[in-house]
Amino acid sequence: MLPKPLLILILLGLFLAAAIILATGMGFLVITPLEVLHILGAKVSGTAVGAEINSAFPFVIMDVRLPRILTAAIVGGGLAVAGAVFQAILLNPLADPYTLGVSSGAAFGASLALVLGILGITVPVLVSVPLFAFLGAIATLAAVFALAAPDGRLSSNTLILSGVIVAAILSAGIGFIKYLADEQVGVIIFWLMGSFVGRTWSDVALTAIFVLPGLLVMLYFGRDLNIMALGGRTADTLGVDSRRVKKILLVGASLITAICVSVSGIIGFVGLIVPHLLRLLLGPDNRLLLPACFLGGAILLLTADTITRAWLPSELPIGVLTALIGGPFFCYIFRKKQLGQR
Amino acid sequence: MAAAVTTRASDSAPLFVISQGCFAYRVANVLQDIDLDLAPGRFYGLIGPNGSGKTTLLDLLTATRSLQSGQISFQGHELEGYSKQELARNIALVPQQFTMGFDFTVAELVLMGRHPHIPRFSNPSVRDLELVEHAMEVMQIETLRHRLITDLSGGEKQRVVVARALAQDTEVLVLDEATSNLDIHHTIKIMHVIRKLVHEEGRTVIAAIHDLNLAAAFCDQLMVLKDGRLFSVGTVQETLTSGLIAEVFQVEAEVQAATVNLPLRLHYTLS
Repeated sequence: MLPKPLLILILLGLFLAAAIILATGMGFLVITPLEVLHILGAKVSGTAVGAEINSAFPFVIMDVRLPRILTAAIVGGGLAVAGAVFQAILLNPLADPYTLGVSSGAAFGASLALVLGILGITVPVLVSVPLFAFLGAIATLAAVFALAAPDGRLSSNTLILSGVIVAAILSAGIGFIKYLADEQVGVIIFWLMGSFVGRTWSDVALTAIFVLPGLLVMLYFGRDLNIMALGGRTADTLGVDSRRVKKILLVGASLITAICVSVSGIIGFVGLIVPHLLRLLLGPDNRLLLPACFLGGAILLLTADTITRAWLPSELPIGVLTALIGGPFFCYIFRKKQLGQR
Repeated sequence: MAAAVTTRASDSAPLFVISQGCFAYRVANVLQDIDLDLAPGRFYGLIGPNGSGKTTLLDLLTATRSLQSGQISFQGHELEGYSKQELARNIALVPQQFTMGFDFTVAELVLMGRHPHIPRFSNPSVRDLELVEHAMEVMQIETLRHRLITDLSGGEKQRVVVARALAQDTEVLVLDEATSNLDIHHTIKIMHVIRKLVHEEGRTVIAAIHDLNLAAAFCDQLMVLKDGRLFSVGTVQETLTSGLIAEVFQVEAEVQAATVNLPLRLHYTLS
C-alpha cells in the first residue's frame, strides 16, 4: 500500500495523462483516444504509422495540437505553483500572479521587448521576450511591495489592492505601447487577453525548462514554507532562514510566472483557484500541495483551453474564460476572508 | 525530556553574556548599554513598561535581530556564529501573538517544533513523535490533536504554541508575554509547567511578563528595563521595591513580603 500523498499524486498524474490524450483527439478533426495513443506510440518508437489511420492525423497531433496542449498544461501547472507559493509566503489566500500584478508586469516587459525590435535594437525574440518578462515581473513585485508596505510589514488587503492598481496601470501601459507601435506589433494585444493559439514545440521546451526545475526548487523548500506559516519571527527560531527562503521563492515564483506569461499572455486566477481548492481537499502541507497544484493547474488550464478550442463555435481568448470563472471565485474567497476576520 | 542535559554547560559558566549591547530602529535608540550575564538553570523574568525594549531584547537573545554595537555570546561563543538550525536546537520562542491562516491540525503544528531536529526530506523519528506526544500531554491538548488550529479559541491556540516550543526540547525557552491573552487558570497552569522545566530539568527560561505579581510568584530573577536601559537585575525581593515600582512604572505600590506559602505581592494604590 502506497502512502496516501503519493497515491493522490499518482491519481492526479493519471488524470492529467488522460486529459492530454482526450484533448488531443478533440477539435475540428475528431481523433479517437486509441488512434492518438497509436500515433504517439509510433512517433516515440520511431515506427511508421499504420495505413488504417488518416494520413493527416499525425501532422495534426504532433505539429498542431500537442504543442499547444502541452504548453497549456505546463503554463497551468506553473501558474498554480506560483500562486500556491505566493499565498504561502505572503500568508495571503488572495495572492496569485495576477492579483499581485506580476503577470501584468511580465506582459508589459514582453511588450517592451517587441518594441525594442522596432527601435532597431535586435535581440532574438526567443531571449528578449522571456528576459524582459522576468525583469518586468520582478520590478512589478518590488513596486507592489513598496506601495503596500513602506515599513516592510505587509497587510494582506492593501497588498492585493496595490497589486490590482499596478496591474491596471501596466495594462494601460501595454495598450499605450500598442498605440505607439501601431500595426507593426498587433500581436501585443495577445498579452492582454491570453491565448495558446499557434504554440509550438519551442514554447513547450521554454516553459518546461523553467517551470519543472522551478517546481523542484519550491519542493526543496516545502517544509520551510510550512514553518513560515507560523510567521517570520517564529520561523527564524525554528531554524528557517525565512528572509532568504522568502527571497528565493519570490524570485522563483516570479520567474515561473514570467515564462508562462511570455508564451501565453495574461491568464488570471488559475494560481488562485487551484491552490485554494486543493488546500481544501488535501490540507495545507506544501510538500504535497505544490506538486498537486502543478498537476491540478495543468488539468484545469488544459481543460479550459480545450473548451475554447474545440467546443465553442469561435475561439474565445483563454484569459477571458479564466477571468469569467476566476473573478467570481475571487469574490467568494474575499467574502469568506472578510467574514472570518470578524 | 532529558536529552538536553548532554548539551548543558556547567552551572558556573554563564549562558548568555551581553556586553555594551545597543540596538536602534531608524528613529531612536531602543536599547542602550546593556550589560547582562544570564546563568543556566534559572527562571528569568523581564519586566518594564510598554516600549521599554523588552521584545527587542528577546529578539536579540533569539538572534532574530542583531546588535548594532556590542556583543552577545551564548554558551561561550558569539551568538552570530551559530547557524539558525543550531540556535533552534538550543533556544525556543513562545510569541505573544499567533495568527495562522492555514488549516494545519494541532498535531501537525506541535510537530513543527521538531523542525530543526529533523533532516530535510526525512520523516519524524519515533523520538520526535514521542516528544510531540509528551508536549501535548503536558499542555493537556491531546484531545485537540486532530482539530484545525484555525478552529481553536485563543486560549487553546496559545497552549498549542507552548506545546510546539516544548516539543522543540531546547535548553533555553524564551517567552514573550506568552500568557497575556490567557485566563488566570491557564496562565498559572502554563507557568507551573515552565517552572518545572527550570527546577526539575535545569533548563533556562527568559520570560517577558507584564503582570508583576505573576513575575514575583514564578521567577527566580528579574531584569527591569526602563527606556531601553537595564535599570536593575536581581532576585524578586531585591528588585520589586516600592521605590523601583514608582520610578520605573510611575505607580505607587505597597510591597507585601513573601511568606512560606505566599509569594511576594504588590498592592497598587489607585489614585
